[in-house]
Amino acid sequence: MKIKRHGAAVLGLAAAGTLLLAACGTDNNATPPAASSSGASSASAAPSAIKCPTGSVNLTLAGSTAQANAISLWAKNYETQCSGVNINNGLGGSGAGVTQFESGTVDWAGSDFPLSATDQPKADARCKTGPAIDLPLVPGPIAVGYNLPGVTSLNLSATTLANIFDGKIKKWNDPAIAKDNPGTTLPATGIQTFHRSDSSGTSFNFTNYLANEAKTAWTFGANKQWPAPGGQGDKGSALVSQDVKKTAGGIGYFELSYATQQQIPYAKVSNAAGQFVELTQQNTTNFIGKAAVAGTGNDLKLNFDYTNSDADAYPNVLVTYEIVCSAGNEASKLEALKDFLSYAASTEGQNAIVSQGYVPLPEIVRTKVVSAIDALS
Amino acid sequence: MPTRPPGGRTIRPPGGHRWFTTTKESDIATTGRPPAPVGAPEDDDQYRGSTSLLTARKSRGGDTMFRWTAKGAGILVLVLMAAVAAFLIIKAVPAVANDKANFFTTFQWDPQGSGKFGIAALAFGTLLASVIALIIGVPVAVGVALYISQYAPRAIARPLAYVVDLLAAVPSVVFGLWGAIYLSPNLIPLSTFLSKYFGWFPLFASTNETYGKSILVASVVLAVMLLPIVAAISREVFVQTPTEHIEGALALGATKWETIQTAVLPYGRSGVVSAVVLGFGRAVGETIAVALVLSSTYGISWRILDPGGNTIAANIANRWGDANDSISQGALIASGLVLFAITLLVNFGARYIVRRGTKEAKA
Amino acid sequence: MTALLDAPLGTPSLSRRKLPWWGLIVTAVAAVLVTVLLFTLTPIYGRVIFVLVAAAIYVVAQTVVSVSVEGWRHAKNRLMTSLLIVAVILALLPLAGVLGYTIAKGLARFDGTFFTHSMRAVAESDPNGGAYQAIIGTLEQVGIATVISVPFGIMVAVYLVEYSSGRLGKVVSFFVDVMTGLPSIVAGLFILALWVLLLHQGNSGFAGSLALTILMLPTVVRSCEEMLKLVPVALREASYALGVAKWITVVRIVLPTALPGIITGVMLAVARVMGETAPVLLTVFGNPAINDNPFKGPQASLPLFVYNEVGQSFDNAVNRAWTGALALIIIVLLLNLIARTVARFARVRG
Repeated sequence: MKIKRHGAAVLGLAAAGTLLLAACGTDNNATPPAASSSGASSASAAPSAIKCPTGSVNLTLAGSTAQANAISLWAKNYETQCSGVNINNGLGGSGAGVTQFESGTVDWAGSDFPLSATDQPKADARCKTGPAIDLPLVPGPIAVGYNLPGVTSLNLSATTLANIFDGKIKKWNDPAIAKDNPGTTLPATGIQTFHRSDSSGTSFNFTNYLANEAKTAWTFGANKQWPAPGGQGDKGSALVSQDVKKTAGGIGYFELSYATQQQIPYAKVSNAAGQFVELTQQNTTNFIGKAAVAGTGNDLKLNFDYTNSDADAYPNVLVTYEIVCSAGNEASKLEALKDFLSYAASTEGQNAIVSQGYVPLPEIVRTKVVSAIDALS
Repeated sequence: MPTRPPGGRTIRPPGGHRWFTTTKESDIATTGRPPAPVGAPEDDDQYRGSTSLLTARKSRGGDTMFRWTAKGAGILVLVLMAAVAAFLIIKAVPAVANDKANFFTTFQWDPQGSGKFGIAALAFGTLLASVIALIIGVPVAVGVALYISQYAPRAIARPLAYVVDLLAAVPSVVFGLWGAIYLSPNLIPLSTFLSKYFGWFPLFASTNETYGKSILVASVVLAVMLLPIVAAISREVFVQTPTEHIEGALALGATKWETIQTAVLPYGRSGVVSAVVLGFGRAVGETIAVALVLSSTYGISWRILDPGGNTIAANIANRWGDANDSISQGALIASGLVLFAITLLVNFGARYIVRRGTKEAKA
Repeated sequence: MTALLDAPLGTPSLSRRKLPWWGLIVTAVAAVLVTVLLFTLTPIYGRVIFVLVAAAIYVVAQTVVSVSVEGWRHAKNRLMTSLLIVAVILALLPLAGVLGYTIAKGLARFDGTFFTHSMRAVAESDPNGGAYQAIIGTLEQVGIATVISVPFGIMVAVYLVEYSSGRLGKVVSFFVDVMTGLPSIVAGLFILALWVLLLHQGNSGFAGSLALTILMLPTVVRSCEEMLKLVPVALREASYALGVAKWITVVRIVLPTALPGIITGVMLAVARVMGETAPVLLTVFGNPAINDNPFKGPQASLPLFVYNEVGQSFDNAVNRAWTGALALIIIVLLLNLIARTVARFARVRG
């Protein structure tokens, strides 16, 4: 009998403990401590583009991890102003996001590539009354970070990069690299390449750049899964950047924010004309501005113009699309969905994410995105 | 109340050495906790459980209902396993049927592009990493178990056992990150050393001088992860060694080690086998930790120091995020099915070994 | 006792020569010195290698000394003893490494805000925010998984121990073993396909609980089975002799007697599934805001929180991840301690 009483006591204790715990947590993060990042400071000025829907709404999205920082910053600014709205980004990778969108478990998906021909009908079926569309919303450059003690500026042509990443060039003082960098003393360190071991949009866009700008040297095409032999794989950009950071002679590719956060220097890469272009906010926006819209109607999938030979257009970029239903959105969520995406696509929203390692959409693309969002139903 | 001598060993009646027949694949391992000898000393095997000499009075409806509830629970387990297997098969078969290459011999994984994918390299990597993990982990685990059960005074044995169990409480993400960020660079000197002086041995040969995310690192991480399981089970089996066997050996003038050799190890053999099987199960099925540590390549190579290698579970974790059609998802589930089959076979094998061990012990 | 036995009993010539304790210390110091010398003179380097080489040299040296003083039988005994101690050290090193690493990284955000705030309206780059919602989520998911799998598991164990006789029991027992080896991600995939997609139940904490139940069940069945087997048959017989029905005997006599062991087994199964990332990754979805209701809507989970935050670029996010990992270990430790305490109390009174 005493045993039973003990069992009951334990259960009671556990229940009481959980209740006690349930009482002391809060969703209210409204008063951020003195923040060092500029992302936090932009919250203090109430964004004017936010109208706030009535009632409480939970919006869910899943997919691209590349846009995580942008979504979290927008969500912060939005939720701070609209206490009834919760935005929940489930991440999980672009493909998983599209799958969840198709099965109806999320309201929209973030994907580093537009819907494929096989996905389009499934996504349309989910939306019922209107097609699913791709809205480019989070553009960012891909940095080619390196770790070469003593070298602070490095040029790498697409062909050289292709040869480095498929293992043909093994030393940093290789003539090919020396040719790209006249006047720079290069060490004889061995090259260690790091790539993503998981499927990712970052790998896809980087290999897409190589496939287009180094057509003869890069024979593997564009692929979500790293296609070349050799090198070392890491799960996620965080580990890739950490490995480059701690390995002398290391080189890898990742979203810009990883390079700036860990202070990893990144190379200038060559464009179609063979000129070396620096990775800057403006250069990246310039390149995306020349992209052609390949979709029809409000579907805004972009075709990057890799033949672009402007000296101020950085060609190694990544654009994350928001895949949404153009019509047939859940009525209770439509207002919040449109409002949040409108804020994200506003000049204000686009400028806010610069602090997180992204670039604002070129105005010509942005206005199209805004009108597509307005037309959501 | 159990009669506990100060040494912490329960004195068991003659015949008690058949203990392991009831604990064979026990998963004290997974619980990290053994069947503590809570029972009284008279729990001799042949009088255990339902094999009572007396039977309960034939009874009323309540009894029948209870028996059927219990039986229903048992059947529900079978239904659950059948459902899992059916789910795996239903999802896997169309994908494998659409495979543009032989599923069992292909060394690549490209279900979306060329439509070719195969389990060969993944299954090889899974087995290689797990076996090396066992080679590293099992001697250490059994050593720890022997030390705790036979050498350490009680004041040290209990906290030490607790501390080793604590390893089981560390989440697998943490093991993975520790392996990727801390262990991988710190094993480079060892890798350099091995390839330089033992490069003639095929496992330690190396094509290049980059040693980072290798099978070796993954195996060490897996070895650490399976250590608490193997140590816990082995410890419990060793503790059950009949005291009179040990005392007999000591009385004949055997040294401590000779006692272990002649009394403890033979007694614990089948228990250790079960422990190893459970550890193996943990190693082949480990997902996140291996995905974080391994470099993910699709080739077969015996060179455990070179970056590369992949396992079935890690491949699922790496590829599931971008598998967005039934073929690529089905392909991953098919690989899960293979993993399931491997687990099944290993369990069969273990049962066989344990049964044979039991027969020998009886003979 | 041992001191008496070790004392020379007969004539001095009969007692074996024994290596004095300081001999071992001298050997150990010498081994470390030789290793240091080796590392300074040759290009060999690395902390891991140093420990391995020093240990190897010590063991070899001690054996040589012991063979010359005590003879080979005792030398072998000493050799194996040292090897066992080396094994213990080798086992403790990674534990110290993993724990030390987690604590060192986790202390940065180990503050009140972390344990009382959610991640709602917190950008990844922000230094504030917490894992409150994830802690609640994990406790609820594991709690529900426990509530389902414990009665279920106990009934299966009761069936196996008290009622099974014949083929069905053996088959059930075998598949419980196979279930033990089921990879955790497969359990997640199964629930995702069946519950979330086929039955359209959506992501929820409960979906995560179901996946965790599959992982907990075999562990619970096995430990309960072992505990029930240890219940003395005399207790059962006494009960039968008094005319008590079998099922009442099981419920009132057998289970209470085995209770302490069952509690320990269950709590350790809980500890195991609490750190599982793969199954919750596919089923609970995650949530930056607090969702107290495990049956409706996406919920956060602590391992998932750690997994997502650690992949971020900002140090603030990575710090939150490590504190999350530390919190997870502490929670598991607390449950372990509670389990052991409860088991001890129950055992004393039982």
